Amino acid sequence: MSDSVDSWILKKVSFDIFFSALKSEDYKVLSPQVEDGAVTWFEASEADDLKQGFSDQQNIGSYRLNQTESDVWFSIVHGAQSLKSLTFKPRQATVKIIKTEAGISFQAEQPKAEKIAVIGARACDVAALQIQDRVFLGGAYQDEYFKANRESLLIIAVNCTHAHETCFCASMNTGPKVKAGFDIALTELKDAFIVEAGSMAGKRIVEALNLTVAPKDMSKQADRLIEHCAVSQKKRMPQQNLPQALYEKQHSEHWDDVATRCLSCANCTMVCPTCFCHAIEETPDMARQTSERVRVWDSCFNPEHGYIHGKNMRPTTADRYRMWMTHKLGSWIDQFDSSGCTGCGRCTTWCPAGIDLVEEAIAVLGEDAMEKKA
Amino acid sequence: MTSQKQRPRLAVFKLASCDGCQLSILSLEEDLLLLDQAVDIAYFPEASSRMEDGPYDITLVEGSISAPEHIEQIKNIRAQSGLLVTIGACATAGGIQALRNGADVADYVATVYAHPEYIQTLKDSTPISEHVKVDFELWGCPIDKEQVRHFLSDLLAGVEPRFPEHSLCMECKRQEHLCVLVAKGEPCLGPVTRTGCGAICPAMGRACYGCFGPAEVSFPAGREHANADALASRFSEALHLSNDEVLRRFKGINSHASAFKETAGKWQKMEENKHE
Repeated sequence: MSDSVDSWILKKVSFDIFFSALKSEDYKVLSPQVEDGAVTWFEASEADDLKQGFSDQQNIGSYRLNQTESDVWFSIVHGAQSLKSLTFKPRQATVKIIKTEAGISFQAEQPKAEKIAVIGARACDVAALQIQDRVFLGGAYQDEYFKANRESLLIIAVNCTHAHETCFCASMNTGPKVKAGFDIALTELKDAFIVEAGSMAGKRIVEALNLTVAPKDMSKQADRLIEHCAVSQKKRMPQQNLPQALYEKQHSEHWDDVATRCLSCANCTMVCPTCFCHAIEETPDMARQTSERVRVWDSCFNPEHGYIHGKNMRPTTADRYRMWMTHKLGSWIDQFDSSGCTGCGRCTTWCPAGIDLVEEAIAVLGEDAMEKKA
Repeated sequence: MTSQKQRPRLAVFKLASCDGCQLSILSLEEDLLLLDQAVDIAYFPEASSRMEDGPYDITLVEGSISAPEHIEQIKNIRAQSGLLVTIGACATAGGIQALRNGADVADYVATVYAHPEYIQTLKDSTPISEHVKVDFELWGCPIDKEQVRHFLSDLLAGVEPRFPEHSLCMECKRQEHLCVLVAKGEPCLGPVTRTGCGAICPAMGRACYGCFGPAEVSFPAGREHANADALASRFSEALHLSNDEVLRRFKGINSHASAFKETAGKWQKMEENKHE
């Protein structure tokens, strides 16, 4: 468990003091709620707004929401949206190009972000955001849009106490307990939350609440629930040296096998909380006086994505699936010093063809893949 | 090239079709005025009674080749046109009327018309590209007005218009709609359907029915169509659709487009074998 972080108790009946604290710091509070049958980031203004009233059932290629009468507030593990859409937006205007008498002028879209506190981020998604931090903010060139959104985001994570068929965060070492990158972490018990602070901002907010320190038995109970969630996960990603192992399978026949089932539809990459590919769209107006340049989510499953000056580097679905898996699980480590996968399982749940990333990885790597796990 | 500033001459023709794609052009509304400034709308009977002879620089053709006279007509249109652009599912893929392809047309005609002897129709409804060279194809039933706007703006700006050919899912996910296939078990064709409509059906919680035709999954050489077979299998195995229900998903507005045609054909065969 995480290192010597103090933990406190926040009773469910007094949860609104937490809202008041967030409001006093001008945060707009978002939490995952069901709207029109989908789980979406919804604005919450009081404790009652957090009670989801639904539970999710996730399986390979299948997602169902069921109404529930249970007392559990955070009964949904997650929907298709991760934190990605809050920080790396699906559509981001970048430049407006305007025809002038002198020629053309460029009007850059300035990054702007409102202060947002999310309550209910899961460990896998907090880990994913840290991975995106390395992608968008690491190195010499930082992405100003991501940066603005990221810096105004306060993350209140909720530790997972139950897992789905498609969850494998335990084997990716990212969850079910949030490890780093959060401001405040909550673990839900029957009548209260165990509260932990993970950043200076989080600590400041928690300390202002004057909460009582969590008794040891309650902390232990929370840890047991999380531990139970970890061991209940049946799916495990092979943990051998994946970059090398996948590079060696470059010519595996299994890529062609996946391609018979894969639709190349890009859903896996769209719902993946770490996928960062994007394209630039240029839309001129009919009068040819202005043109808007917008950054949109793209995918390595988009056939055009692999097209580079006269040649498509990944002309077939087999090429594209190999690229996605090899990058996500292997070369990402060489590139960004961590796996690109956090074990959230969305690529598997939301695959309309029912393709399971872990199963395919095991199939590609061969039968001994699991035995080599660390 | 007659009028002032040498505006390119635009023509809009119609063959076997419902006029809906032409209406999508008219629904550009205020942008039509800008279009009129940019091009000379020389022939567009749906919009104006002023109908000038060719040649035309840009010709948009709605409708499929369905009657014998269409074959001559399209050759004449091609001969008068600089760029020939098909608009919509009929002109691009044969349209809904291509459902008759492979069936006994004489039997259909006899069922529908009191005097079948007056009806002259071809056995198959086919896309323009099976008869003459086509420069650009705009898919959709009907085409999307934003697509038309983008196409014409690019063309007039001197940029080669490009249409994304990937699956609808990417646009659907960018708009953060609920996946109706995964979350509701609806037989959505989005994963194998070309983007361009703006994901309007999933936005309303409905399954896509493929009116923009099959996505292309290989680009640009050696075209490989969307993996409709795999989606059909999924409809059958995971969503428990009957063989007949599966084939009807692919036998719709774009039934003559090869990816959908091949898949529907396979399921039709399975359905027939079941009854033997």
